[in-house]
Amino acid sequence: MTKEMDMMEQFQQYVDGENKVEPKHWMPEAYRKTLIRQISQHAHSEVVGMLPEANWITRAPSLRRKVALLAKVQDEAGHGLYLYSAAETLAADRKDMIDDLLSGKAKYSSIFNYPTPTWADIGAIGWLVDGAAIANQVMLCRTSYGPYARAMVKICKEESFHQRQGYEIMMTLAKGSPEQKKMAQDALNRWWWPSLMMFGPTDEHSPNSAQSMKWKIKRKSNDELREEFIDKTVPQAEYLNLTIPDKDLKWNEDRQSYDHGEIDWDEFYNVIKGRGKCNKQRMAARNKAHEEGAWVREAANAYAEKQEARKQKQKGAA
Amino acid sequence: MQKELLQYTLRLGDNALILGQRLGEWCGHGPVLEQDIALSNIALDQLGQARMLLQYAAEIKGGDYTEDKLAFHRDITEYHNLLLLELENGDWAKTIARQFLFDTFNYFQYSALLESKDDTIRAIAQKAIKEITYHAQWSAEWVIRLGDGTEESHKRMKDAINDLWEWTGEMFMADEIDTKMLEAGIGADLGNIKTLWDEKVAQILAMATLKLPTDDWAQTGGKQGEHTEYMGFLLAEMQHLPRMYPEAQW
Amino acid sequence: MSNKDNWKIWEVFIRSRNGLSHKHVGSLHAPDADMAIKNARDVYTRRSEGISIWVVPSDEITASNPEENEPLFTPADDKVYRHPTFYDIPDEIGHM
Repeated sequence: MTKEMDMMEQFQQYVDGENKVEPKHWMPEAYRKTLIRQISQHAHSEVVGMLPEANWITRAPSLRRKVALLAKVQDEAGHGLYLYSAAETLAADRKDMIDDLLSGKAKYSSIFNYPTPTWADIGAIGWLVDGAAIANQVMLCRTSYGPYARAMVKICKEESFHQRQGYEIMMTLAKGSPEQKKMAQDALNRWWWPSLMMFGPTDEHSPNSAQSMKWKIKRKSNDELREEFIDKTVPQAEYLNLTIPDKDLKWNEDRQSYDHGEIDWDEFYNVIKGRGKCNKQRMAARNKAHEEGAWVREAANAYAEKQEARKQKQKGAA
Repeated sequence: MQKELLQYTLRLGDNALILGQRLGEWCGHGPVLEQDIALSNIALDQLGQARMLLQYAAEIKGGDYTEDKLAFHRDITEYHNLLLLELENGDWAKTIARQFLFDTFNYFQYSALLESKDDTIRAIAQKAIKEITYHAQWSAEWVIRLGDGTEESHKRMKDAINDLWEWTGEMFMADEIDTKMLEAGIGADLGNIKTLWDEKVAQILAMATLKLPTDDWAQTGGKQGEHTEYMGFLLAEMQHLPRMYPEAQW
Repeated sequence: MSNKDNWKIWEVFIRSRNGLSHKHVGSLHAPDADMAIKNARDVYTRRSEGISIWVVPSDEITASNPEENEPLFTPADDKVYRHPTFYDIPDEIGHM
């Protein structure tokens, strides 16, 4: 017991010294579990997050927009993959993680349970949802677990075009016809609050945060990140001449930051519970892809085994 | 001659666009992340080629034509892609089979276009051939892997090749436009390509432990603008937004 | 569910340009080496990050044990005479 406590203390000192933890290092079991849960949830969010945008690839209104959107959604598959890889360095199996997602046991970011009925939603997602994700991800580039931090660095580099892509769409719509401008405002109205919810519950209602901060998995609190995001985004909305749907939003000179209205946390918990418009649709799509892909993955394995056997036989004969 | 060149360029461009559009449907729904990414890469290559070709077609057409006007404001009879490419994706085997049958054709076609007397087409071919070489390799490997994989994958690949076979003949049927372009030294010789294609397809199917279909009935019309029912839905989906707001910029 | 549809893990190393070594960039899943190379190309070189790829099955990598870090690596720390700064050369001599 004392040995375990010594190790814990040493680990804490090591992390406090801004040192990175690497896969084979000793780590507290709870640290490992927290990481696996967080990284796999993050990976699931990337993969499920492909769906609301992917359904506009076939409907993008210009060829330039079509290739940009396809490249962006493809990047998200890549980001899911990098993250699953990071979790795999902790001896988690991608198959188990995906099974947990498909059975509903694992969570993913609730934002992807909102629908994308109009083209402006693609702009709003890139601008707001990716913007919020980037705020979180920039922080995670300095997370204490090496493989997670390295995956985040790569992801942040690639994400930088995503938000610009979204903002450009919003800009074009906001400067366009009255119908287009209306479309942009409507999308902002629907995505603003869910984007703020992406940072998670307020600090006082976020019980796991303290330990994650102590282990330097997380480096900033939910509320800190949320406020940074708001401060950065308000001027961007002003530039577009669009109105953020929060009548209580106003600049606080003392804090040098915006005060904002109350977030509807009932909505947040309802969507987490599965009551969003698209929860069922998203899970059905992931399950379908996985089930219909099973024979493909199996066939590729079978072929690889046959080829290997042939190679061995040839070697034996030579 | 400009009329034929325009038509020929549209055929090339529409092939790339319609296949890219179909492959785009897979994004987010692939059998495994790595292959979701792989197929999106191919889709992006196809769409890139489509844009270059439609930009060229717009230039030949003149006036206020653009790649987008051509992509989003032409009706079904004005599209000139091969019927094979507008068919629904089906399962992974069918998507792979279509890709392989077309990539193999496209590889020989663009190899020939490297010698085109039309500077723009030749330049596009020089860029595209590298992409198409990779696609042809990738899809051939998948045909072999599925043909020689499990019992189920073998059956699915066999069915896919058999189903798609009647849609392949159209690739090699030269009409007046093909002939004129060939005579002008601009277009590819479809007769030559057919010989090379037959040989390559037979070789890959043998490696995949699959039989070469023997029925040589061919569905035709795509190149001339006579399409399947699938095409109407594809265009409805692809074009609805620019059609609803024809004056808008996106 | 069986593991029949689970592809094995490969570590990916990319040479970003000639003159540089291959560098570990991450991992991916593939049933065999050929597909691992293709997957690496599609996953890790989408932005022209590389001109050469190595793939190695993850389970064939042998790694040193971090618990042996002290005997493995600390003995080198006090061998300062292996570094040029250990030697005093007058400034007038210039760069050496």
